[in-house]
Amino acid sequence: MAEDLINSFMTGPDENGRFGDFGGRFVSETLMPLILELEKQYEHAKTDDSFWAEMNDLWTHYVGRPSPLYFASRLTEHLGGAKIYMKRDELNHTGAHKINNVLGQIILARRMGKTRIIAETGAGQHGVATATVCAKFGLKCVVYMGAHDVERQKPNVFRMRLLGAEVVPVTSGRGTLKDAMNDALRDWVTNVRDTFYCIGTVAGPHPYPAMVRDFQQIIGKEAKAQMQEAEGRLPDTIIAAIGGGSNAMGLFFPFLDDKSVEIIGVEAGGKGVNADMEHCASLTGGRPGVLHGNRTYLLQDDDGQILEGYSISAGLDYPGIGPEHSWLHEIGRAKYVSITDKEALAAFQLCCEQEGIIPALEPSHALAHVIKIAPELPKDHIICMNMCGRGDKDIFTVAKHLGFEMAEAD
Amino acid sequence: MTRIDAKFAALKAEGKKAFVSYIMAGDPDYATSLEIMKGLPAAGVDIIELGLPFTDPMADGPTIQLAGQRALEGGQTLQKTLDMAAEFRKSDDTTPIVLMGYYNPIYSRGVDKFLTDAKAAGIDGLIVVDLPPEEDEELCIPAQKAGLNFIRLATPTTDDQRLPKVLQNTSGFVYYVSITGITGAAAAEATDVAPEVARIKSQTDLPVIVGFGIRTPETSQAIASVADGAVVGSAIVSEIAAGKPVPEVLSFVKGLADGAHRA
Ligand SMILES: Cc1ncc(COP(=O)(O)O)c(C=O)c1O
Repeated sequence: MAEDLINSFMTGPDENGRFGDFGGRFVSETLMPLILELEKQYEHAKTDDSFWAEMNDLWTHYVGRPSPLYFASRLTEHLGGAKIYMKRDELNHTGAHKINNVLGQIILARRMGKTRIIAETGAGQHGVATATVCAKFGLKCVVYMGAHDVERQKPNVFRMRLLGAEVVPVTSGRGTLKDAMNDALRDWVTNVRDTFYCIGTVAGPHPYPAMVRDFQQIIGKEAKAQMQEAEGRLPDTIIAAIGGGSNAMGLFFPFLDDKSVEIIGVEAGGKGVNADMEHCASLTGGRPGVLHGNRTYLLQDDDGQILEGYSISAGLDYPGIGPEHSWLHEIGRAKYVSITDKEALAAFQLCCEQEGIIPALEPSHALAHVIKIAPELPKDHIICMNMCGRGDKDIFTVAKHLGFEMAEAD
Repeated sequence: MTRIDAKFAALKAEGKKAFVSYIMAGDPDYATSLEIMKGLPAAGVDIIELGLPFTDPMADGPTIQLAGQRALEGGQTLQKTLDMAAEFRKSDDTTPIVLMGYYNPIYSRGVDKFLTDAKAAGIDGLIVVDLPPEEDEELCIPAQKAGLNFIRLATPTTDDQRLPKVLQNTSGFVYYVSITGITGAAAAEATDVAPEVARIKSQTDLPVIVGFGIRTPETSQAIASVADGAVVGSAIVSEIAAGKPVPEVLSFVKGLADGAHRA
């Protein structure tokens, strides 16, 4: 395995923003000077103690970090195998891991003198986190959201508006998350002087995949220390759901060089990873291509046209995946599997019943894989899954699938 | 010498500015767009930019986005776009064709195969929006080796420090994007463009052509007069989108070309 030839998995990306063959800077010339400037500013901030002091203060007092590492005892007993721990990032302010990254980018934007923040959002969690931090700092915020997602994630649209953000329903292309990202890039190309593009996942041109990972790796760092305290050792398996891959990269990164730790990413299998393409499993069902500034695995047709993904979970509905995951997949350091809508819904319900935690549909995918493998594993095998979001935003979707009549107030 | 170099040499000898037009291959359908393409040289077009449709055209405004969608819905592919160029070449061996689009369809086909096929189809140059100089190893260098021009965009954000990098592996001509923004947006003023063109020309001998936001014969003339030529895209694509008959589309193009040629 290529693994043996590499001293560390934590040195990427290289100076061209590449993780192996993946990543890079595939953007128009207008944006190129902007991302070079961003890279310079980020490299500076990264080693600046005052930057991290501000982050840490807000993580503690505004977000509520560290998030607990929770032993899910009833679920463990119910499944009868491996010990299951949950990293509770759903308890963060705004209900998901997204705010970890947003804080970092907005603090950077303020240092760069930018006054207008734009973002793309799928489920609305990244949009809500961005709107929240913009409200806190009095920054103008514009969120691009696929028209279809505006419909299925109404509570989050209202939250963003309450927080003072302008939500722009995107109808270009097919009106989905990837189109929202296109429109955000079109906005950025137009408003180059005052605008900062706050990307919500480990995708986009370099330095975004590395920068977003660095802001999210607080998840894995905390989990590692907390596991040490709880069990006196490393977990055996860590598991996270993947849309673009930011919560997963956040959990995985600090464990990459711990070779005893098995790493599993869970993609959205939708109605099944088959020829009908009704899924969002870029690694299991796609091939390498170039989109949104980087080379990575993509859902595409034979002519290199990008396909729409499908998932019950709006937050996983992206036809690509962060380039670092593509690299980890190819070198074999992490393993990627897929979980269907049905399996995720079952996990969602089991988590509610067994643990009194209503999970978001995204981590329900990770949990579904835990449910699949835990029973076969020995009782001293430790699994840590990333409970990266809470399910409040998903109750309408789940109710509909369970045939529960729930009139939305109008 | 490529057809592009030959064309600029001929224009220079005549003391004329270049008029460059953009259409989306396969919009509204293969046959109609081929018919329009074949009529462009007679309408005064010096260089044809042929759009390669892509699902995610990040640098394009609604007009060209929709043209790409129409083309894709009509079954246009990279192969059919090359077929169109080859068909055009049967009756015109001098008008340069520049393929303009995004990298993924090219990458998906395989760079070497694409270059061989593009050359065989009579393509002369490439403009690939999402390949900045930082990614030159991907396609720019192999394209030059294969004898195709690689035309780069320079923009208002390309400062003096960066300009040499942008010009370094550029050939054929330099395309100056007159505004920060997407295709189809508002036009730049010739008075703003003139110093930018001069700035670029002070660092290269290549012709500098200006595009983005030109919609009328008057602007075409004004912009061409401060550069080596003008490019019009969205305004022509809008005529096609409105369902105008081919002769009307071509007479609209002629007006724009005449404007540039008056400069
Ligand atoms: C709770 C939650 N988890 C996961 C995701 C997917 O993003 P990522 O893979 O970047 O963590 C989202 C995206 O909206 C989300 O809201």
